[in-house]
Amino acid sequence: MAEPGRSGSEPVELTERPEEEQPPRGRLLASVSGFFAEEGARAVVVAMVSTIVFFGVAIALVVSSPNWPKLKSQFFSAEDFSASFPDVLRGFWLNIELFFWAMLVIPVMAMLVAVMRSLRGPAFFPFRLLAVVFTDLFRGIPLYLLIVLLGFGLPALDLGGLPNGVKFWGIAALALSYSAYTAEIYRSGIDAVPESQRSSARALGLTQWQALRFAILPQAVRNVVPALMNTVVSLQKDVALISVLGIRDAVREAEIYTSRTFNYTSYVVATLLFLLISVPLTRFVDWFTGRDRSMRSQSQV
Amino acid sequence: MTDDSPKLVLEGVHKSFGDKQVLNGIDLAIDDHEVVCLIGPSGCGKSTLLRCVDLLDPIDAGSILLDGVDITRKGVDANEVRRRIGIVFQSFNLFPHMSVLDNVTLGPRRALGVRKAEAEANAMELLERFGLADKADEYPNRISGGQNQRAAVVRALMGDPDVLLLDEITSALDPELVGEVLSVIRGLAERGLTMVLATHEMGFARDVATTVSFLHEGRVLESAPPAELFADPRFERTQQFLRRVSEAGRL
Repeated sequence: MAEPGRSGSEPVELTERPEEEQPPRGRLLASVSGFFAEEGARAVVVAMVSTIVFFGVAIALVVSSPNWPKLKSQFFSAEDFSASFPDVLRGFWLNIELFFWAMLVIPVMAMLVAVMRSLRGPAFFPFRLLAVVFTDLFRGIPLYLLIVLLGFGLPALDLGGLPNGVKFWGIAALALSYSAYTAEIYRSGIDAVPESQRSSARALGLTQWQALRFAILPQAVRNVVPALMNTVVSLQKDVALISVLGIRDAVREAEIYTSRTFNYTSYVVATLLFLLISVPLTRFVDWFTGRDRSMRSQSQV
Repeated sequence: MTDDSPKLVLEGVHKSFGDKQVLNGIDLAIDDHEVVCLIGPSGCGKSTLLRCVDLLDPIDAGSILLDGVDITRKGVDANEVRRRIGIVFQSFNLFPHMSVLDNVTLGPRRALGVRKAEAEANAMELLERFGLADKADEYPNRISGGQNQRAAVVRALMGDPDVLLLDEITSALDPELVGEVLSVIRGLAERGLTMVLATHEMGFARDVATTVSFLHEGRVLESAPPAELFADPRFERTQQFLRRVSEAGRL
């Protein structure tokens, strides 16, 4: 037998020693087969059978319960599903649209705030102050409150020069709140870049801004990609909060259907649509984070 | 400037970090084509001195003159000064997200406005000279410490600096990689580049230095040609230090 603690490279040995550390793989395949990472073909079959039996029993129990028919007609009715689907889907496109605009604005605004906060020297004090106030304020206000405040409050003022649409202010609220969080993520990434990197950039004669742009920020962003992607997943769901403004998004459409028919299947439709985006996104983030980690650990020569 | 005035002059340079007085009145004059080795125990202020000369840390009092011009005066463009001074750090500090070629051309391209093709041609010439031509497209974490440090030297030389500052550039290297880096520096000394080195390599200092300066508690205690300073140090402190170094087998 090989000495313990050796990271094995022969797969044969790995099947016998499941507690042994896996060699880094870092491809999509690795995360898909991650559930079975330390097992052989027989183990895969066992896992499949056990899964089918487990979920089979669970589903059978739910379906055979006396309350199931009631539950089914209220939440999983086929007619209501197809009747509400087109409206909810149309509403969902609006969610996607809002998500899209927010995704365009947030990275830029957040980077601006983070850079403002990282500038050094007394001349930049007002910028740093502004960045601190911004993040404190918009991280401090509950998102729901911010949406209501901007979405209902500002259009009512009829301010000249600014759009009056509820949609605009809904996106603005999302963007402000998420920019504050994202700016803090960027800043943690900037702070994680060693000071010596800044020194050596400045030593080349680069200005403060050039040092940030070419030496610090690329490393900083790489540091925080997993955290940023988690924020994207979160944003994709929080877009639904805008329905409070009366915008006919997926949630609002589902609500309208429910109030008309007293059937909740439309909400399930909306739920499924959101899951359709967020689950693959989450899986992707997991995969990407894992790959990033294994690439980094490999690159430490 | 006339040719016989010193290239770099430090006059009464003071620097403290919080309560800790690191530089306590440094006086030093370095002529053109001179190679000055700063020696002294850890914490005597060698690194801080070099960082101050490159204006990476502001000094508290005194002045630093480059070609007779006070570069620590208010209103001096620090970026302009840094472009005339090269510095190499103990831990290389190459940018990990850039290839070696991008690392060495970043300064000329962004700070000096040299065109990409021209900067890369110059870079390849220097990399070639330092035996790194085949590593141009590698990333810093894919090459050895010695190669990293040589690339860092190339990066510092790209702007054709008047003075090169070297901050214990072999301290972070495996012993077998020290030689390749030192031979690069020896080559630069032979070409007449003005250099200030903070170093623990006494043998190397004896070989290449024109002047060795012993720093103690933030002051230059004595300065002399290496033969003189190593053979016959005037001060008790210097003798002690050299004795300790030679006991550690570094001389």
